[in-house]
Amino acid sequence: MKLNKTVLALAISAVILTACSEDEKDASLIDGTQNAASGINDASTRGLNNGSGLSGSEMNASGMYPNAGIGPEFSDPNNPLSKSTIYFMLDSSQVQNDFVPVIAAHAQYLVAHPGQRIVMEGHGDERGSREYNIALGEQRAKSVASMMKVQGVADGQLEIVSYGEEKPAAFGHDEAAWELNRRVELVYQGK
Amino acid sequence: MSFFRKILLISLVSFYAPSSYAEMTIEITEGIESALPISVVPFAMQGASGVPVDVSFVVDADLGRSGYFKTLDKQSMPARPSTAEAIQFKDWQALGQNYMVIGQVIEDHGQYNVQFQLFDVYKGQQIMGYRMASSAGELRRTAHHISDLIFEKLTGKKGVFSGRIAYITSSRQGRQSNHKLQISDADGFNAQTIASSVEPLMSPAWSPDGRKIAYVSFEKKSAAIYIQTLATGERVRVAEFPGINGAPSWSPDGGKLALTLSKDGSPDIYILNLVARSLTKLTNNSAIDTEPTWSPDGSSIVFTSDRGGKPQLYIVSSQGGDEKRLTFSGNYNARASFSPDGRSIAMVHGNGSDYRIAVMDMATKAVNVITDGRSDESPSFAPNGSMILYASRKGNAGYLSAVSLDGKMQQKLVFDSNEIREPAWSP
Repeated sequence: MKLNKTVLALAISAVILTACSEDEKDASLIDGTQNAASGINDASTRGLNNGSGLSGSEMNASGMYPNAGIGPEFSDPNNPLSKSTIYFMLDSSQVQNDFVPVIAAHAQYLVAHPGQRIVMEGHGDERGSREYNIALGEQRAKSVASMMKVQGVADGQLEIVSYGEEKPAAFGHDEAAWELNRRVELVYQGK
Repeated sequence: MSFFRKILLISLVSFYAPSSYAEMTIEITEGIESALPISVVPFAMQGASGVPVDVSFVVDADLGRSGYFKTLDKQSMPARPSTAEAIQFKDWQALGQNYMVIGQVIEDHGQYNVQFQLFDVYKGQQIMGYRMASSAGELRRTAHHISDLIFEKLTGKKGVFSGRIAYITSSRQGRQSNHKLQISDADGFNAQTIASSVEPLMSPAWSPDGRKIAYVSFEKKSAAIYIQTLATGERVRVAEFPGINGAPSWSPDGGKLALTLSKDGSPDIYILNLVARSLTKLTNNSAIDTEPTWSPDGSSIVFTSDRGGKPQLYIVSSQGGDEKRLTFSGNYNARASFSPDGRSIAMVHGNGSDYRIAVMDMATKAVNVITDGRSDESPSFAPNGSMILYASRKGNAGYLSAVSLDGKMQQKLVFDSNEIREPAWSP
């Protein structure tokens, strides 16, 4: 599945000034929101896991591996490239040992394919304050990025964006959901 | 007469066209024991067509919701006078009422004249009375202004009923999320969407004059800070650096924005001068520095940092300089918000499993936890400093709640959205 560049969908409400003289500025707001482009291919809403726990291969909601469109190795469950989510402990941005081989496999692929770029999306669970979680998500993504750079991946191949707790993978409000949400997703950018 | 004009002008400036109603219900979960008994007698209606808003009902609901008043229900009222001469004060004294409000709404060719009088029941004397002109669309706001006038007269504190709140809601449809930045009246009515996106929206912050809102949008799949003018919908992007662009906070004079950027590595606090378009780095630490908030006098900025290992609050002069740690109790203190008088700050206080709202006295540094939820966040002071609005969650239902500074008075605001968060009370 290809992650296409998507058309943005932001609509600002059309706001209408109702009859009022210039110096008595009327703040009346009329809701004119239009929801723009649909068809967003949103990597963050994919389903997680094939049932083998947090280190398992993962498929998205349509039963596809998230980066399957990049090459056949990304949908081979025996290939670490099929795993593209790195999970973290509470309030931590340290990469756990289980994920070192996964990151190494992606690093090797990127070194071998210098034209390929990825976005590393940092995420957190819902606990604590939102902007702090944005910072924590970025630290997680940077931890993964620095491991990749050590292995020779070029800066220009890596982009980081942190969504904090704003784009949960699991929508529950318990530990089971939280551990799925403390993560970095490796999203390959379509050529 | 000039005072009257001022009231009318305020009402014009903050008027909204109604778009949706009854999106929110309010439960007062706790009230104060000293609540003052007051009767808001249903206002008499005069005129050909009906009145689109039950003005006295709105006033009754405002006063009751504040927790400072205990209102008398209509069925218990001995009479429904609409003129001073018609009031039998003894009947209301017998019901233990301290105060009563009467009024009339007079329709004239689609315009309305709303008049009300407030009486001291024991003295049998009028305390105040006003007549206000209002269009149909302004009637709710006129009612909130009446509530503000009564509240201030009887409590000595400014009313906050005609204020507004900004907040973020989310909904999901299949794999797609829709995030909205909305503004409603303080009672949840007249909700308006001012921005919406399939990507997250965050951190709404009112400008000190209440005319603009700064917020974070991920609409381009990366973070940027925008300032949107409410009256026109015009929007300016003020920060779009690589990495984090977050946590906007207005200086009290409205000329600067404190914000968080990670363009040079770790997240640090910067000051963006909106007039000169210049950017100054305020903190420089390899740990996380974020969530700046200005003191009301503009002299200092409180922010969250994990430089000591866990997130705690720190304070620094807004000119830069020494950064001093403010919080020491609890292993998680974040997202500070100053009270309007600058004497206290509200924060998110975590003890390991629960995150609650706490208030710190800036003079004594004493910290008082005032809520009892499991994931309470985003505290925002009412403009009169009497209440703190915050986001909470019970099970899968997110809601907004308001709590008095001592934690003794609590009101839960239930919107139709289960994903509602980051409330910000207008100045």
